[in-house]
Amino acid sequence: MEYGYTAFILLLPLLSFLVLGLAGMKMQHKVAGLIGTCSLGLVTILSYMTAFQYFTADRVNGIYQTIVPYNFTWLPLGNLHFDMGILLDPISVMMLIVISTVSLMVHIYSFGYMHGEKGFQRYYAFLSLFTMSMLGLVLATNIFQMYMFWELVGVSSYLLIGFYYPLKPAIAASKKAFIVTRFADMFFLIGILTFGYYTDSFSFSFAGDIVMGQGTTPFIEGNMAKAVTAGACIIPTALVLMFIGGAGKSAMFPLHIWLPDAMEGPTPVSALIHAATMVVAGVYQIARMFPLWIQYAPEAMSIVVWVGVITAFYAAAVACAQSDIKRVLAFSTISQIAFMMVALGVSLPGHEAILDNHAQLGYMAGMFHLFTHAMFKACLFLGAGCIIHAVHSNEMFYMGGLRKYMPVTHVTFLISCLAIAGIPFFSGFSSKDEIITACMHYSPVVGWIMTGIAAMTAFYMFRLYYGIFWGTENVEAHEHHTPHEAPATMTIPLIVLTVITLGVGIYTTLGGFLGWGGSFGAFVSASGQDYTIHFDPQIAATSTIIAILSICLATYIYKGESQPIADRLYKTFPKLHRAAYKRFYQDEIWQYVTHRIIFRCVSTPIAWFDRHVVDGTFNFLAWGANEAGESIRPWQSGDVRQYAVWFLTGAVALVLILLCI
Amino acid sequence: MIPVQYFLVLSALLFFIGVYGFISRRNLIAMLISIELVLNAVDINFAAINRLLFPGLNEGFFMTLFSIGVSAAESAVAIAIILNVYRNFKSDTVDSITNLKR
Repeated sequence: MEYGYTAFILLLPLLSFLVLGLAGMKMQHKVAGLIGTCSLGLVTILSYMTAFQYFTADRVNGIYQTIVPYNFTWLPLGNLHFDMGILLDPISVMMLIVISTVSLMVHIYSFGYMHGEKGFQRYYAFLSLFTMSMLGLVLATNIFQMYMFWELVGVSSYLLIGFYYPLKPAIAASKKAFIVTRFADMFFLIGILTFGYYTDSFSFSFAGDIVMGQGTTPFIEGNMAKAVTAGACIIPTALVLMFIGGAGKSAMFPLHIWLPDAMEGPTPVSALIHAATMVVAGVYQIARMFPLWIQYAPEAMSIVVWVGVITAFYAAAVACAQSDIKRVLAFSTISQIAFMMVALGVSLPGHEAILDNHAQLGYMAGMFHLFTHAMFKACLFLGAGCIIHAVHSNEMFYMGGLRKYMPVTHVTFLISCLAIAGIPFFSGFSSKDEIITACMHYSPVVGWIMTGIAAMTAFYMFRLYYGIFWGTENVEAHEHHTPHEAPATMTIPLIVLTVITLGVGIYTTLGGFLGWGGSFGAFVSASGQDYTIHFDPQIAATSTIIAILSICLATYIYKGESQPIADRLYKTFPKLHRAAYKRFYQDEIWQYVTHRIIFRCVSTPIAWFDRHVVDGTFNFLAWGANEAGESIRPWQSGDVRQYAVWFLTGAVALVLILLCI
Repeated sequence: MIPVQYFLVLSALLFFIGVYGFISRRNLIAMLISIELVLNAVDINFAAINRLLFPGLNEGFFMTLFSIGVSAAESAVAIAIILNVYRNFKSDTVDSITNLKR
């Protein structure tokens, strides 16, 4: 088989999870870490091999073929069947690269960051489990397999957030993450079942027959026709339900509440799971179901757009007021994922425009941003890890002026900040600019809102940057404990990720301005055909100028030793600052809704009914059986001769009865 | 030839003696002996009735032999149990085995 080795991409991490999970505690830390890292290294090599082979293979009519190296039926259910397999197409291969690269960097980085921690082996076991499940999620051949790995990803996220389980906040955060995403996944499951019930299929086989640009019917026709005749809104409903599941995983408003708390986990975990890979599962899911969305639910796409816009704005606003550096990065992640969601949502101006090049733009841009964001955000998180490692605190109060202590971290952090801010020649520029262009084509309102949010992004990222590396130095804390540069195991991943960010940035920016082919659009596009990225000079110039202006503003406010403007703003709008710092009271609202309304008005009566009626019935039955037993009990006297008399009497009685009959 | 009624009377006597002994005795060994009496009554019935109904055939006698074999095995097991009871309770009467009683 041509792609037979792809099975090892899933099996190797599973194997290392089993080995480390079962025998890890008997190993030395180094051995356990090496096993995890080596298997991940092999997975990375295999992923790059797959990508190379896949993208260099011959295309048919200029379209990459969908390849299914493995697919077997796991559970037949009448018409439906639940398969397990591996599916290769441009987006899944692209995700392979992202996941394996970031995961490998995190594995290496953790050698330094987790050095000497209790449970080091357990940590690596969970990392392997997570990598396996995430790879299984992107390689799934059908929605049900995706859902299964989706839950596995949720479990490994839960385990890793709660890694420091003796600490109360870690446990609370892990539970919160699990419950919130599980709540959202309930809708995902309902969506899957609705979809499967009406179409008799869970398969992604439609993805092979790409819709855009081809004009052919993409589905196993009978099945989709059945669903459409059953009701025009069935497929859109199923898709929106699935989107709710995706929104939970991708921390879209108002299901975002778990992500900031998830920062209680070890920082490399935040980089891997809560920045680069798991949280984009929702985006990936929409990209996966994309042919369905545009064919059957183009109107429902506007839900995705507006949820994305609201989330992006909300998270950017909150990020401006946080003081915990990991929280800032968490909200920035939420905001950036919302960018991707918006990009996917806006890729459809209308049916008539399907053949339009711009219609494809959003899809390509969303995936492109997923790729670049994974790299620079992982770098930012790992950088934050180095800083936390150096100053032993998450709070910006203890930082400031760190640039002279930590040169490597400083430079890599700065480059990643420039990338996320959208400065040309850094990778974030190309992808974000494409997103804004796509939004402008969808509707100028959305376009300008997104431009504004991009400006906010640049502002809060540089507020963070100046707060950490410039600004007021906390001399007292630093004299007590001088910050130091992180060891090589921690800085090398930073450098690798920065090089990727810079390389991709320079290549795609030049390519976009000069109209080269062979950029990201050549690999991933909605139609599967080559898509040449072409910057719209007007939009590119606008967003660059706005980004630079917001960076200048952040520099002006936060660079100095004292920050009079920030203080004055804080004094002028104390309520606003407090609201933003408290994340606009979202957690309190959820707390109120769940505890005061749902628990009190729904759960309490149900609990009463359960305790008194349901339990009461069974308690009554048990009581009856018990009483009957008690009354028969004296018959068992323990006196054998008495039994014999009873036995004899019975036998005689039986004989008499039989004789009479 | 001895009439069959004599055998039946003997076997009925043995049976009721056995039952009476089983009910009235406290000693485990005595109870075991009583059971053997009951079994012997059955054996006699087998043999006598076989001779009465099927004079040239031997099935009833074989059944008697079989029954004797089984009762031998049964008494071996019973004696083993009685020995264990004696070891545990330092007594060989049925009244002492009342652990299951509350």
